[in-house]
Amino acid sequence: MTDTSPLVQVTDLSTWFHTGSGVARAVDGVSFDIAGGQTVGLIGESGCGKSVTAMSITGLIDPPGRIEPGSSIRFAGQELVGASEEKLRRIRGRQIGMVFQEPMSSLNPVYTVGSQIAEAVRAHQDVTGKEAMERAVEMLRLVRIADPERRVRDYPHEMSGGMRQRVMIAIALACEPRLLIADEPTTALDVTIQAQIIALLAELRERLDMSMLLITHDLGVVSQIADHVVVMYAGRVVEQGTTTEVLAAPQHPYTEALLKSIPGVATERGQPLPVIRGAVPSPFDWPAGCRFAPRCDYVFDRCTQEPGLMAVETGLSRCWLRHPDVARDRVVSGRP
Amino acid sequence: MNIEPPPPIVSARAVTKHFPVRGGFLGRAVGSVQAVAGVDLDIQPGETLGLVGESGCGKSTLGRVMMGLLPPTSGDVRFEGRDIVSIGRSERKALRREMQIVFQDPVGSLDPRRTVRQTVGEGLDIHGLRSGSERDKRVLAMIERVGLGADSLDRYPHEFSGGQRQRIGIARALILEPRFLVADEPISALDVSVQSQVLNLLLELKKTFNLTFLFIAHNLGVVAHISDRVAVMYLGRIVETASPQELMERPLHPYTAALLSAVPNPKSKGHRELIVLEGELPSPADPPSGCRFRTRCPLAQAVCAEQEPALVEYSPGHAAACHFAGAPIPASARRVLGSPSGSD
Repeated sequence: MTDTSPLVQVTDLSTWFHTGSGVARAVDGVSFDIAGGQTVGLIGESGCGKSVTAMSITGLIDPPGRIEPGSSIRFAGQELVGASEEKLRRIRGRQIGMVFQEPMSSLNPVYTVGSQIAEAVRAHQDVTGKEAMERAVEMLRLVRIADPERRVRDYPHEMSGGMRQRVMIAIALACEPRLLIADEPTTALDVTIQAQIIALLAELRERLDMSMLLITHDLGVVSQIADHVVVMYAGRVVEQGTTTEVLAAPQHPYTEALLKSIPGVATERGQPLPVIRGAVPSPFDWPAGCRFAPRCDYVFDRCTQEPGLMAVETGLSRCWLRHPDVARDRVVSGRP
Repeated sequence: MNIEPPPPIVSARAVTKHFPVRGGFLGRAVGSVQAVAGVDLDIQPGETLGLVGESGCGKSTLGRVMMGLLPPTSGDVRFEGRDIVSIGRSERKALRREMQIVFQDPVGSLDPRRTVRQTVGEGLDIHGLRSGSERDKRVLAMIERVGLGADSLDRYPHEFSGGQRQRIGIARALILEPRFLVADEPISALDVSVQSQVLNLLLELKKTFNLTFLFIAHNLGVVAHISDRVAVMYLGRIVETASPQELMERPLHPYTAALLSAVPNPKSKGHRELIVLEGELPSPADPPSGCRFRTRCPLAQAVCAEQEPALVEYSPGHAAACHFAGAPIPASARRVLGSPSGSD
């Protein structure tokens, strides 16, 4: 990597929803970077703020949602928070592509997929309608849709879920973005189709040398494709680091508990799985102190205060157990 | 060997289930979808059988046929040796006490206008089993058994989270103390941390009630964790059956191998290999000739289009329906993923 300054720098991002029944602090002081060419996996359960983080980067937050003062999102050196609609549109359209979970609701049912890709092409490039259609065929070929010359005339309903997701990826890539944001891109798909889309995304990011922000609840998907992982819980980043390291040796009790609770290859068959007790808290009323403390197996007196992100060998962890003083005390007193 | 296995509690023989496809102005049947296309399957008493496959493979239909919720188009389904296909209404009603189902969608499967007390106790009412305070006691005991409190009895489904609603669905299914329980994707609509809670509850209840359990899911990891034996289904047919361990270590069918390669294994370091199948699931209204998997199979040869492979037992308890069972998957279908690319 030659360019060391990150493509995306999210610093202290807070996106709150000011509703009649209170303020939902969906994203509450989130910071992370995405380097050029890097794939970052943003993981967490529903309600942790991962999708709102992505929508904040793309400028898709509408009232009652608001990016709070003091938040900063820099894209290729330009500040996006507070930028004009026009500037946002220019950046969003040309440099950031987006793929969502449900391709059917993102595609227009009354236009052919070809014309929708062509429209995306023409929005960013000064080309004729014919050239845009030719480009649409190329894009379909890029996302490995067989027989693209014919398929370009299909309507969305004539395609399967997997193919529609490929079309969404083609539209997102039509502007040759530097960042692709994919929000649960494989969640609605069958296992074998999911494998196809993951293989496609992995191939495309190498070929096109783009950065990717992958939002998912699926640790398996993250392990397959992300270089770096950011774990969110209750509106905060609780851990981040290199994917292989975080998954092999999680440094936050939440990450550890999530990994242990996945049934499959590594669990003891027929035995109860370790569970995370209780439920995800409400963004209207995050717990005081450490937000994971009410569900944490390691909770101790320090946890009534919220810990900051502490540097650990694999990256960062928001847990008092990783505080140097605590680590020393606990070793001395013989506790885990 | 002269040890006879015990007779199965549920057994299916040559079961098919076709649904008519209607078309045209008058809505005439213009064809049929072969959701289940010739399945033999036995479930032993007390066994948990995991049925795994992708959407449209027929696993939910097969589950419903095996508990008598849907009549098969042809074939034989038995519960404790009794034919359950051609029985009368009163017998069917009695049978319903023995066989229950938990559905995937904890929202759609609960009546929003009925309280938990009404929903969970409904089975008792229908079968005229308990009334008055007896009924209430029974409902409360069941609701506590699934981890909910007495305060939930007079609340409505919308007041509960997804995981709690699934617990209500489980309480409803178990109140009659059935012997055979079908769970159709019971955790796939839930959040990760809630999934393991509900899965644990099912494991525990299975033991307490000594249930025979048909667990239907698309996630091989989940199925392997909970099951004593796994059956893999593709396009209406069973393509492989084995113990979960055997299946994970020695998948014989290329479809199983592909499913297995997609099971999340966050502990695997660095490079991961994914078997990527080409194309999509063919329409069950027009399945391929010969082996139904051949259009997506990395091992397919000419013979696969001509002859449908039979489900053959290769080692005790491990059967597969493939002309090239156990053959290595060629490199062209393998993709190496997850290599950290931070070094370029």
